[in-house]
Amino acid sequence: MDRRVIFSNKLLPYLLLAPQLAVTLVFFFWPAGQAIQMSVMEQDAFGLTKTFVGLANFKELFNDPEYLKTFWRTIIFSGAVAICALVPALLFALMAERVVRGATFYRTILVLPYAIAPAVAGVLWLFMFSPSVGIVAYWLKKLGIDWNPKLDGNDAMLLVIMAAAWKQISYNFLFFLAGLQSIPKALLEAASIDGAGEWRKFRTIIFPLLSPTTFFLLVVNIVYAFFDTFGIIDAVTSGGPAKATEVLVYKVYYDGVVALNLGTSSAQSVILMVIVILLTAVQFRYVEKKVHY
Amino acid sequence: MAQVDYSRSNWLPHVILWIGLFITAFPLYVTFVASTLTPTEIAQTPMQMYPSLQGVDNYATAFSKGSAGTYLSPPAMTLLFNSLIVALVVTFGKIAVSLISAYAVVFFRFPGRMFFFWMIFITLMLPVEVRILPTYKVVTDLNLINSYAGLTLPLIASATATLLFRQFFMTIPDELVEAAKIDGAGPMRFFKDVVIPLSRTNIAAMFVILFIYGWNQYLWPLLITTSNSLDVIVVAIKKMIGTGAEPTDWHIVMATTILALIPPVLVIVAMQKSFVKGLTDTEK
Repeated sequence: MDRRVIFSNKLLPYLLLAPQLAVTLVFFFWPAGQAIQMSVMEQDAFGLTKTFVGLANFKELFNDPEYLKTFWRTIIFSGAVAICALVPALLFALMAERVVRGATFYRTILVLPYAIAPAVAGVLWLFMFSPSVGIVAYWLKKLGIDWNPKLDGNDAMLLVIMAAAWKQISYNFLFFLAGLQSIPKALLEAASIDGAGEWRKFRTIIFPLLSPTTFFLLVVNIVYAFFDTFGIIDAVTSGGPAKATEVLVYKVYYDGVVALNLGTSSAQSVILMVIVILLTAVQFRYVEKKVHY
Repeated sequence: MAQVDYSRSNWLPHVILWIGLFITAFPLYVTFVASTLTPTEIAQTPMQMYPSLQGVDNYATAFSKGSAGTYLSPPAMTLLFNSLIVALVVTFGKIAVSLISAYAVVFFRFPGRMFFFWMIFITLMLPVEVRILPTYKVVTDLNLINSYAGLTLPLIASATATLLFRQFFMTIPDELVEAAKIDGAGPMRFFKDVVIPLSRTNIAAMFVILFIYGWNQYLWPLLITTSNSLDVIVVAIKKMIGTGAEPTDWHIVMATTILALIPPVLVIVAMQKSFVKGLTDTEK
């Protein structure tokens, strides 16, 4: 859609675009280009010479069992975060839509985690579940559950999933609430008159009508779990113990910044770019569809 | 407005919502309580679940001294200042560059218009996390390491804000533009006197989202600052937690954590309407 009436300056629009384009070129396109370039290069240990190695870095990655493990771990982590953040959010939104008294109060508290930095959310959960000082760890011990995220990889994974999901519930809650509010009330009343119970109304009316929202949120949650949980993982486990919580983004960081292995780190960056592009494409295809229905 | 039947199962939603409140608020409450205890009280298991007056001391220490330990943290005062600078520069920077670039794309016709628009749009697909090393290298080459410019400049481009403003600008009626032209107002005059005032609610909505985004930055400041005095508060909290050799000053860490939460939480609570609008409008 284009405007009919416009201004006719020749130079001005370029000047207006310049700041954003400058930042974009220098800090987005140039580094992205470099990542692609470095991903097909091999650098010697002293960083003195570079040789073109084609797709060798990628081949090496996909033949590396550690990398494949990280890949699967990331998928499991993202799936778990998405489910743990979506299901409670939907439940709370369904309930919040029904209450009249205290609705604002409930909403205000439920959206708070959105404001909290991932790394800080990580610290909150780390503290509660710390085997030495944490209150929840103490309760678990009382219940006879052996809990130590510092030593046990599964415990650590569970902890980062909980912290990551906790932060994302707010976001999902708001979108589900907006989705629910757009369902025509007449439809639900008609169903009630026909004698449909709550569960049946949910299954046959609410859930299908919410499915665009749910699908959209699923993609957003996966993107969140893939990329935005770096702070949580770094604060809670630093990828440990023994790499049990190392996801793809964390590995790019670790291999590049800590281990200084530029070739593989860049190749991993390129793979991540491809993943983001795919996920964004899925998300926008959905948006297109929604606009037209 | 038809009324739903409230007599039946009236209590169930409240019970479930209270469970939600508990899940949401409990970690925050535990942190708050811990921030008011002495180290010995924190080390006791189970930790007491009500705040104590020691809190005043903890906050005073955190605010003006910081935590001792392996990481000599600057006082929270400095950390909060750094975070505030980063958050505000990023927020206003993003809003400013997005407003003018959306204005250029919507109100002018010029060669390369759609090309430039797509260039901005594509940055959506290049989050910091996927270009960590090369971006770091660029910033080093430009000598921006350990500076506020290095902390903020690379974050200032915003595809989402540009998209939102573009969307909104397209709804501004042509008649307004025509009227302005007849009155002899140039494009910048129209921008300042008509477009900006009309965009107020959208700007407020973006402000909330972007302020939280800027305040909560973690990976970028972690990479770009090697001097502790430039640390933002979120990064500093992580660094304060000992890795094992040194015990963690939990009471100071928890007080600093609460201090780090307050600004974004205040923004979200005070501007709740704008927040919800910003969130739901930009992501659609």
